Amino acid sequence: MTATAAQAPVTAGGRVRPGAGLRQTATMAWRSLVAIKHNPLELVDYSITPIMFVFLFTYVLGGQMAGSPDVYLTYALPGIIVQNTLFMTTYTALALNTDLTKGVFDRLRSLPIARSAPLIGRITADLAKHVWAMLLMIGLGLALGFRVTGGFGGFLAGALLLVVFAAAVSWAAVLIGMLAGDAEKVQAFGFTLIFPITFTSSAFVVVDTMPGWLQAWADVNPVTHLSDAYRGLLLGGEVGRPLLWSLVWAAGIAAVFYPLAMRAYRAKA
Amino acid sequence: MARAYAIQAEGLAKRFKDTLALDGVDLAARTGTVLGLLGPNGAGKTTAVRIFATLLQPDAGRAEVAGHDVVREAGVVRSLVGLTGQYAAVDENLTGTENLLLIGRLLGTPRREAKARAAELLERFGLTDASGRAVKTFSGGMRRRLDLAASLVGRPSILFLDEPTTGLDPRSRGELWDMLRGLVAEGVTALLTTQYLNEADLLADRIVVMDKGRIIAEGTSDELKSQVGGQVLQVRPVRERDLAAAHSLVARAAGPQTRIEGDAVTAPVGGPELMPAVVRGLDGAGIAVGELTLRRSSLDEVFLALTGHRAGPAGGRREAAKAWSGERDEERTVSAS
Repeated sequence: MTATAAQAPVTAGGRVRPGAGLRQTATMAWRSLVAIKHNPLELVDYSITPIMFVFLFTYVLGGQMAGSPDVYLTYALPGIIVQNTLFMTTYTALALNTDLTKGVFDRLRSLPIARSAPLIGRITADLAKHVWAMLLMIGLGLALGFRVTGGFGGFLAGALLLVVFAAAVSWAAVLIGMLAGDAEKVQAFGFTLIFPITFTSSAFVVVDTMPGWLQAWADVNPVTHLSDAYRGLLLGGEVGRPLLWSLVWAAGIAAVFYPLAMRAYRAKA
Repeated sequence: MARAYAIQAEGLAKRFKDTLALDGVDLAARTGTVLGLLGPNGAGKTTAVRIFATLLQPDAGRAEVAGHDVVREAGVVRSLVGLTGQYAAVDENLTGTENLLLIGRLLGTPRREAKARAAELLERFGLTDASGRAVKTFSGGMRRRLDLAASLVGRPSILFLDEPTTGLDPRSRGELWDMLRGLVAEGVTALLTTQYLNEADLLADRIVVMDKGRIIAEGTSDELKSQVGGQVLQVRPVRERDLAAAHSLVARAAGPQTRIEGDAVTAPVGGPELMPAVVRGLDGAGIAVGELTLRRSSLDEVFLALTGHRAGPAGGRREAAKAWSGERDEERTVSAS
């Protein structure tokens, strides 16, 4: 006991030491990632739908949409990756909701650890899974004929952009995870929210053919900006405006949802 | 220097919207003893535990754990206590070892030590063979044992056990009881909530009976039993068709608390004249009696006498009634095995 007491994460006054808080966050992130070891299929889970999308969009719709599957793959793959990134934030909400309903948060809260560690740990681990899914899809794209003409720099910048955007959206996911009564509601919410938003954007199609009212929405839709920016970075080309708007949207989403999510988290977990 | 009381609360009150979960509750557990909080669902037991474990803040009153206020010194309290809830709060996707390792690492224990502690606890709770399996493959009893183990990783001196055996089969319950007894023998102070009278009877040094957010009685198991008349008369007619006649006959002598339980009539003993009166009455009515006994009240009867409501199917008591009757069945199973 004395050995452990010497490194007690709590000071005499009961505060969590800052270094200890960081380590606890890393431990919580480890917890989210080590589970993959026992359920390796979880990694495929993240990408099975998007992989189907890649095939569907390329070979079924591609010819009709762009004249040839290859041309359409080049346009659609960045959009599919963007959509998957947004969908995957639902997993963050799901995992937090499970911890909440199963009493895991009660156990964690009864421990002398930083209050934010379970939350930040989970988000950090999930961002790592985002990167994994993105790599998987790019790999599949390369095998089917997609070329990253924007170079390695564009690829890295694109990855960073997606992670930043996903981190912002994660706060909305946290809020949903805290407020939803059960896992099904989390999924329903994620589905009904993310599906229409991604499909009314430039993720899969050029918005020019949409009716005027829809185009007006698509032009301001954050997914349009994100898709255009990510596509631009991967393929090389002008990205200034969509990149700027993507970051503005990310900042806006975080500014709105971070305080709401933290309030819900403090009240519930 | 050990304190006289490891757990203390005065005037605890907590309201959730329209329900007053706690309505001025005083509690105290001497260091190294088990305080049993006994009551049906909705009595306020879990709310009290959650306040002590720093998960909830009271609306009024104060609670101290080892002399530390649970609101102002929540961090210190957390480093002293372990919590085991009604639900096994373990990660289903991790193995038994990883679950315990997670808690150890969160508490700042170096990796190797945390691993050793996890192995030690798994061994103690009979989970060594399953230590490398994901928890989702565990049985309910195994999960509960792992949950208890998880609450012990930091070697807490004070344990909160919130209905630790609810939903377990009699055998798993017995196993958990043995483990709890072992912990108490090591000097841990425990606050145990339960709906099971025999559980409180077996494990708790003192019992606080709660109902609707209030304490309705308190004392040792013996004190509580003697508090309500002490003795119970039980009459079992040979012929079951005589049951109703025997009931009205005993009720005439013993009063309205006379009840039919199974194939017997029971009544609290008010004075020495009851037994002869009942014998004369039964003889006069020609009711052949297979069993006529005087015994001490069970805690079950104590609770009924204290709350004034029979755990019947009326209104909001339904759930409690289910718990009580369910428990009686299980008790029978335990003694039969």
